[in-house]
Amino acid sequence: MTAIKLWWSVFSWGGAGKPRLCSRGAGLGLGLLFAGLLGACESKKAEPAAGAAPSSEPAAAAVVAPIKIGLIAPFSGPFAGAGKQIEGGVRAYLDVHGSKVSGREIELLVKDVTGVAPDVAKSLAQGLIVRDNVDFLAGFVLTPNALAVAPLATEAKKPMVIMNAATSVITTKSPYVVRVSFTLPQVSAPLATWAAKNGIKSVYTLVSDYAPGADAEGQFKKTFEAAGGKVVDSVRVPVQNPDFAPYIQRIKDAKPEAVFIFVPAGAQGTAFLKAFQERGLAKQGIQVIATGDVTEDQELGAMGDAALGVVTTHHYSAAHDSPENTAFKQAFAKVTGGKVRPNFMAVGGYDGMAAIARVVEKLGGKLDGDRAMAAFKGLELDSPRGHIRIDPETRDVVQTVYVRKVEQRPDGLYNVEFDHFDEQKDPGKPPPSP
Amino acid sequence: MNFLGVVFDGIAYGSLLFLISVGLSITLGLMNVVNLAHGAFAMFGGYCSVWLTAAWGLPFLWTLPLVCLAGAAVGALAERLLYQRLYRASHLDQVLFSIGLTFMAVAVATYFWGPTQQRVELPAFLRGQARVLGLDLGVYRSFLVGLVVLISVALTGLIEHTRFGAQLRAAVDNQQVSAGLGIPVQRVFCLAFALGSALAALGGALGIELLGLEPSFALEYLVYFLLVVSVGGAGSVRGTAFAALALGLCDVAGKYYVPELGAFVIYALMIVLLMLFPAGLRGRRA
Repeated sequence: MTAIKLWWSVFSWGGAGKPRLCSRGAGLGLGLLFAGLLGACESKKAEPAAGAAPSSEPAAAAVVAPIKIGLIAPFSGPFAGAGKQIEGGVRAYLDVHGSKVSGREIELLVKDVTGVAPDVAKSLAQGLIVRDNVDFLAGFVLTPNALAVAPLATEAKKPMVIMNAATSVITTKSPYVVRVSFTLPQVSAPLATWAAKNGIKSVYTLVSDYAPGADAEGQFKKTFEAAGGKVVDSVRVPVQNPDFAPYIQRIKDAKPEAVFIFVPAGAQGTAFLKAFQERGLAKQGIQVIATGDVTEDQELGAMGDAALGVVTTHHYSAAHDSPENTAFKQAFAKVTGGKVRPNFMAVGGYDGMAAIARVVEKLGGKLDGDRAMAAFKGLELDSPRGHIRIDPETRDVVQTVYVRKVEQRPDGLYNVEFDHFDEQKDPGKPPPSP
Repeated sequence: MNFLGVVFDGIAYGSLLFLISVGLSITLGLMNVVNLAHGAFAMFGGYCSVWLTAAWGLPFLWTLPLVCLAGAAVGALAERLLYQRLYRASHLDQVLFSIGLTFMAVAVATYFWGPTQQRVELPAFLRGQARVLGLDLGVYRSFLVGLVVLISVALTGLIEHTRFGAQLRAAVDNQQVSAGLGIPVQRVFCLAFALGSALAALGGALGIELLGLEPSFALEYLVYFLLVVSVGGAGSVRGTAFAALALGLCDVAGKYYVPELGAFVIYALMIVLLMLFPAGLRGRRA
């Protein structure tokens, strides 16, 4: 697998770093410029494009420099779907709230990092900082890419908004990093607590053999054993494992009450659950529990019956019942064409954009890195996932983690929330250095 | 689980490896084209099957012959337009060309089907497990094993006992002399490439249930294709079958009995086998 990843980065290097100044954003910007000019000459005829921005001061707006946000995420390669979710979330926010904050237009500079490619991420960030002079760096689906960019954020004093990457350590790597998504320990600890509370005494853990898998396994074990449960065995499987049969058979022999899994969503999660179903482990009374990535909304539709009944913990489900979420889903469908369901990454993009907008508002449109970071600390948002806030100490997100079960609804499979843990901080943070 | 269960799972997994690799054994092994785009042809077969079931409502099993035909057609087209120019090129050129083609296929698949995985609905009689002589056997897995027996017998017969097979072997060994003897070398190569592509497409379609299908499929399993073909020996159907079964058995046994090391067993075995048989188990060019 490593060989393939390596190939990926080698072969996809050439295409990297092409600026993808999004036609829509640029178009909107131009449209508003025209609208502004027209408005100046012809008083009332000009309506702002797509009704996006309520233009209270049309002529002045056209000359104020835009707020530039550099969005770094994968838009090609195996993680292309993640990038599209994040961009969709960001655009959904702009669609609902307008693309103008404190009189300044928001301009997105979208960059394709192509995959796990720290070197590409770094050079893209460099370009965004030096050449484009962006006000915010944002996006970041994959931890290695975020870690590569963090030192640049410190050096350039640019706020860096993490919209997905979920390893605990990222926020400690620069005082300019703020995270609106989640961390893996943050969602795996409540799962262990829930399992222990609900009469599950023995658990078998199966995780993919890479850093997030190890994180999930470690946190689950720690919390579950502290709550009096027993982890009967733990196995790590290759990240691209073609056949789960031998592992499933081991689990079947061990007869635990539940099996905790963390594998990449999509083909791996589905393959595990199918093999699990085929061998009748569910009939034997073994419950599958997992972090919500495994049954994330975008992939859930294609997982089929095998996913039914899986219990997961996560911070967002498309089935979350709130007016904010309904509005979010509508806007997401509008900007992406409605082909895919928004998942937690889209919400990360939406909330990241919301946080940036709030900070710009607080500062009255006058930006600098340190003041922006001060404004991020303690920020509270009514997100499509529920209420969230940014911990002023760690700059990491504090939120409700929901316990959900996969159920069949008329329009497909959904993670239906049935329990929740409020005010969850990231338990994986290393203690603050003295 | 008893030992027999492990053996069955190993054979079933080996069958899957055989199905997704045997097409490459023909293009790489027999025709000596380093076709790293094999996974792209397999993926094409997979998407064909998904599309036929979704758009035309065909049952999964009925799509399989159509998938083979489509794979053969695309293979023949690719051979005429692209690959035939590479028969005399260096292996590096072939590698660069075919890996480029693979990346294009990944992008095309993402464009049309999106980055998420696809699924097919198996008929009810192929799902679940059946109890045979006290053993729980996966029905779909047994179906794959049966198919492998059929395909390997048919292919061996075709290559070793028919006129076409003789022509192909002759053309691969020496194109000029074969042409001089009146063998239509171009047509033979085109047909052989189409055959390899058809098998790739079939493997891709059959693999969806177990391996899933995403645009990155074309790259993800490339290691396994190459592993099976290099261990099996270039161009031997029987060698490919032996290699696939040996690797499948050892992989499953390793993962079951020593899960800490499980993922490495298949690679360790590859190293050992290649040291013992540098030209593969049934290599022709020893």
